[in-house]
Amino acid sequence: MASKILAKAIVEEGQFALAIPSFGFERRGAPVTAFLRVDDKEIRTVTNIYNPDNIICIDPTISRAVDIFKGFRNGGIWVQATKKSLDNLDIPETVAKLGLCDAFGIALDIFNKPITNSIMLGAFAKTSGMVSLDSLKEGLTTANFRDAGLDQNMAAIERGYNETQVHQIN
Amino acid sequence: MPDAALTNEPKSIVCDGNEAAAWAVSLAKPDMVAVYPITPQSSLVEYVSQFIADGKIDADLMDVEGEHSVMSVLHGACLAGARTYTATCGPGLYYMFEPYVRTPGMRLPIVMSVVTRDGLTPQSVWGGQQDAMMLRETGWIQIYCESVQEVLDSLIMAFRIAEHRDVMLPVNICHDGNYLSYGVTKVFLPEQEMVDDFLGDKDTNWHVALDPDRPMSVDPLTGGEGPGGPSTFVRYRQGHCAGMQNALRVITETHEEWERKFGRCYAPLIEEYRLDDADYAIVTIGSMSGAGKDAVDVAREQGQKVGLIRVKTFRPFPMEALRNTLTKVKAIGVVDRSVSFAWNCGPVFQEIQAALYQLKERIPAISFIGGLAGSDITGEHFARVIEATGNQLAGDMTESPVWLNENE
Repeated sequence: MASKILAKAIVEEGQFALAIPSFGFERRGAPVTAFLRVDDKEIRTVTNIYNPDNIICIDPTISRAVDIFKGFRNGGIWVQATKKSLDNLDIPETVAKLGLCDAFGIALDIFNKPITNSIMLGAFAKTSGMVSLDSLKEGLTTANFRDAGLDQNMAAIERGYNETQVHQIN
Repeated sequence: MPDAALTNEPKSIVCDGNEAAAWAVSLAKPDMVAVYPITPQSSLVEYVSQFIADGKIDADLMDVEGEHSVMSVLHGACLAGARTYTATCGPGLYYMFEPYVRTPGMRLPIVMSVVTRDGLTPQSVWGGQQDAMMLRETGWIQIYCESVQEVLDSLIMAFRIAEHRDVMLPVNICHDGNYLSYGVTKVFLPEQEMVDDFLGDKDTNWHVALDPDRPMSVDPLTGGEGPGGPSTFVRYRQGHCAGMQNALRVITETHEEWERKFGRCYAPLIEEYRLDDADYAIVTIGSMSGAGKDAVDVAREQGQKVGLIRVKTFRPFPMEALRNTLTKVKAIGVVDRSVSFAWNCGPVFQEIQAALYQLKERIPAISFIGGLAGSDITGEHFARVIEATGNQLAGDMTESPVWLNENE
């Protein structure tokens, strides 16, 4: 769902996007990955991504189980859901720019549940500048949220954007 | 779950292939949809169900107890004059098989999406074309899509092809599980009025009907000692084969009309990509084709005279179109997303070998099998395919089949 909203936002800004969720096991809580390509021309390749330029990690603990930096391109952008500060993180040399957001804390505030997806879209917009907050909100309004759910997610995107610390690393 | 109302909305939306298929169903205005969900088709019928619940599709929805009933319901509805649709894949398809196989013989123009999934066993819930390829000899028309937009467009065209009086056969529109079913991108939505005009009035039961005013025997016992004897049975088969051959022309005409009306052009049977000055070509089917084209572009930049041939219509088999295409190259490599157990190669490869026999000069060919059970066919895989295919020109032969993901 998050990659779909991001794809909508990117299309909103006049670019082409192709998002593919990679499904793991059919159970709640299993690690999942989604891939998103952005281009200024039509995208033909429908495959997963093995050398990402950007990583958005929406779970504070997943890196204990999965090497999220596998294939990460040099000079990339890493956006991480975490309460930790810059000094307490292992940052690979490939990372050029880092966005840190206490998405877990914000999610408990807004949803009373650790749902960090839309918060981290805001964090990505703030860190990368690839997509505007307005486009993200536009993408969200055409996704499947109504009433309170829509309001909560709007707030989530905005707080994700506003409360992300962006660090230039290399 | 649906994203936007059909009317008074922008003409493009961002959605995945399953939702795009549901929009196509909406635009085609079926009277009856019967469903049973199964991965990776589930969200497609959920979207359709939601559209019907929202009044966006004015159809009856039957949420039945299994796929055997799904197709049986559509038989009855189609015989009563309804335009009908369903979608399935994998084990659901296998459970549907008995009424599925009856459908084309009764000449019922039912349209069904196959959201392709790899076969059993071992158990797998991921994409692959083994389920669709199992349907090769059932007498359904079978069309494979490359992109989400093509899913939407082809599915609308399918109703016109199926209901064409020279065809009168059911159509499967196949889109790859995972990569197209869940792949999200921008698609253009045709105008409802233009689709209405393109499809015309539904025309499903002029030839065979459940109608008290014109009683007739439907699916009668024929052949052997039955009424009518073998000749009646033979006439059914001949008519069915003739309908399949007519479909080649009708599919082509339908795509031409689609381009005139909606401005989007697809090769109806066999697509040629950068083939005019090519020495050799790779052959693809389905969603892998885009990555294949990008890989061809890369190889071209390195001086390789390679092109790509995409099989869009697989049933009926476009023999003449393929033969004309194959005469342009001196070697091929065929990439399948499924297996022909009998021939130890991919099924597309196996059939293309039959086409090659009709060429004046024999050309070498390799069977590549990749993308099984959700695995990927990437630019790197295609680079290997292109290299091995081209090496045949210098007499460096590779033994088939080559399993692209065997070390992953």
